[in-house]
Amino acid sequence: MPAYQLSHLRALEAEAIHILREMAAERERPALLFSGGKDSIVLLHLSLKAFRPARLPYPLVHIDTGHNFPEAIEFRDRKIAELGERLIVGSVQKSIDDGRVAEETGPRASRNRLQTVTLLDTIEEHAFDACIGGARRDEERARAKERIFSHRDEFGQWDPKNQRPELWALYNGRLRKGEHFRVFPLSNWTELDIWQYIKAENVELPDLYFARRRKVFSRDGMLYSPAPFIKHLPGEEVFEELVRFRTIGDMSCTGAVKSDAVDIDMVIAEVASARVTERGATRADDKFSDAAMEDRKKEGYF
Amino acid sequence: MGELTDTPGPDHAPGIEEGRDLLRFITAGSVDDGKSTLIGRLQYDTKTIFEDQLEHVEDVSRRRGDERTDLALLTDGLRAEREQGITIDVAYRYFSTPRRKFIIADAPGHVQYTRNMVTGASTANLAIVLVDARKGLIEQSRRHAFIASLLGIPHIVFAVNKMDLVDYSEEAYEKIHDEFTNWSAKLRVRDISFVPISALHGDNIVEKSAKMPWYRGVPLLYHLETVHIASDRNLIDVRFPVQWVIRPQSDEHPDYRGYAGKVASGVLKAGDDIVALPSGFATKIKSVETYDGPVDEAFPPMSVTVRLEDDIDVSRGDMLCRPQNRPTVGQDLDAMVCWMVDRPLQKRGRYALKHTTNWVRAMVKDVSYKLDVNTLHRDEDSDTLGLNDIGRIQLRTTAPIFYDAYEQNRTTGSFILTDETTNETVAAGMLLPPNR
Repeated sequence: MPAYQLSHLRALEAEAIHILREMAAERERPALLFSGGKDSIVLLHLSLKAFRPARLPYPLVHIDTGHNFPEAIEFRDRKIAELGERLIVGSVQKSIDDGRVAEETGPRASRNRLQTVTLLDTIEEHAFDACIGGARRDEERARAKERIFSHRDEFGQWDPKNQRPELWALYNGRLRKGEHFRVFPLSNWTELDIWQYIKAENVELPDLYFARRRKVFSRDGMLYSPAPFIKHLPGEEVFEELVRFRTIGDMSCTGAVKSDAVDIDMVIAEVASARVTERGATRADDKFSDAAMEDRKKEGYF
Repeated sequence: MGELTDTPGPDHAPGIEEGRDLLRFITAGSVDDGKSTLIGRLQYDTKTIFEDQLEHVEDVSRRRGDERTDLALLTDGLRAEREQGITIDVAYRYFSTPRRKFIIADAPGHVQYTRNMVTGASTANLAIVLVDARKGLIEQSRRHAFIASLLGIPHIVFAVNKMDLVDYSEEAYEKIHDEFTNWSAKLRVRDISFVPISALHGDNIVEKSAKMPWYRGVPLLYHLETVHIASDRNLIDVRFPVQWVIRPQSDEHPDYRGYAGKVASGVLKAGDDIVALPSGFATKIKSVETYDGPVDEAFPPMSVTVRLEDDIDVSRGDMLCRPQNRPTVGQDLDAMVCWMVDRPLQKRGRYALKHTTNWVRAMVKDVSYKLDVNTLHRDEDSDTLGLNDIGRIQLRTTAPIFYDAYEQNRTTGSFILTDETTNETVAAGMLLPPNR
């Protein structure tokens, strides 16, 4: 780059670090929502950039559906131990056991939607007033209008028609009791930016993101990982295929894509030439209706 | 000032990791100026649109019985908007080319326009003002250009759209070009340019249009890719608002003390003399650090940690600057504001004011005038401002802030006002030079 100019990745990085520091300074009880997915791993990396050599001024919070990829959980626990940071787990299984939510039944049952209750309960229990999330505006149409400091009312709901205007980099971190923020430092990043940054920074990811021969079965035109809690419909035989995951969510609704991208350079090449959005390709949860994400966000989803 | 000219670009497309820079721009246009179509076209022609998104809008267009796929549907975000066929809020869009990554602030063009455009313009380096080739210099286009200039956007492109509807006539374009050139002499914008386009048909968007051989400039996208933005930043006045103090107090780092923040302007390096405001204590910079180690120099918009030679008392809200180049320190502020909520600004009203990393309380002492953004007429009898109004006000703050005039520094010259009860953001403010 010419003198005194930042590349787009370094400009995005500087913006994200600024957002994390503003949030930590303006809120008393922040938390980082950590799923073990690549976006939250990048957020963790940016958090180290913002606050090291001190410890992070917030804990990591994982909403565990109980149906996560074992590799993602192993990765999470190893990272936390390595960094000496604090982890809080909100358990969907516990929400079910406590009768807070009813488990969906049938072969297509998913705990994805149940997470919202566990998330809001965890926020309330620990009195978190700002939760950092990895959402990006390029992911989905409802997200394009999301603020960086996104205000949630005392019911955890998002009101898209009543958002605070966000000017310059002057984030308004003021709240009334019981309300909270979702804070999205990666708002202006695209999927390709994330991957290029992971490569540039040599950020470690769970192996699930890279193509390997894995056991899968086919349902509604998508490939899924078999798991003890997933009941197969007739004809849904398990077979091996060279696949990778573009997102890592609940196993019951996160599909794999056929891919030969076995390393980061191949993944970047694949993402750069991809013709389908990552949610469109692999997330069954957005397929239910035209406004699926908008509805879940209003309820208090991530 | 003139048509988009062919500024020399880099000889080859830079490498994928470090080579591209970032351009943030806003698109301003009235309801039917074709703004959504232009954004859809830029995203489509740069292959940013994915197949599932395209299938979706093809499907919706077909169901609605549209003649052709409506690219404007790509930018419709929320259900309420789709149902009403309008856009209600600023949305952010992305696309990139081998030269640059672009962030578009897409502000809708109806009732709440001023508020939304001010929001989108606050972070933009460039504004595309869409002009309907059939209508010319109408009030709304003037308003859009004025707001862009008020918000200190250094580059404005007038995109004269719907050239297909005036038979790609050079005469029609020249008339608009001349009208705007004369009128825009009043604006404080460094760089104004023009391009005749048809967003619908893609004329002069990515490729030069064969239908307008008389146009000697470059296509819109090429201009966006090559417009020189490096000099827009202020590298002279060192302003470092302290955001966060890093103090590990650990066995490994018992005495570490670092001041974290984002460089607002100027260049900082180890050995520089600095003073901390408000204390006025002077010391030297010991080092400028990041997680990856020390850096030789920090410049805007880098986020860094500054360590000082002496253990002076510095905390969030303080500012580091050079001893011979200090911002104004003051409690009596003169500013242009845009009012953003239904409940009007009240004379003697009290608000919380955020400026850089500082919150102070502020009282409105006076309203000098309300500005008619269409005619630029100043109404000096008004002592209130309502939603979407722009006016000049005087404020008194409970504690001094360290600021520069907005025209000198968009970071240390801007502030927001919030309601102390609801915490809503009620106004965007741009500081004027202090009266001396």
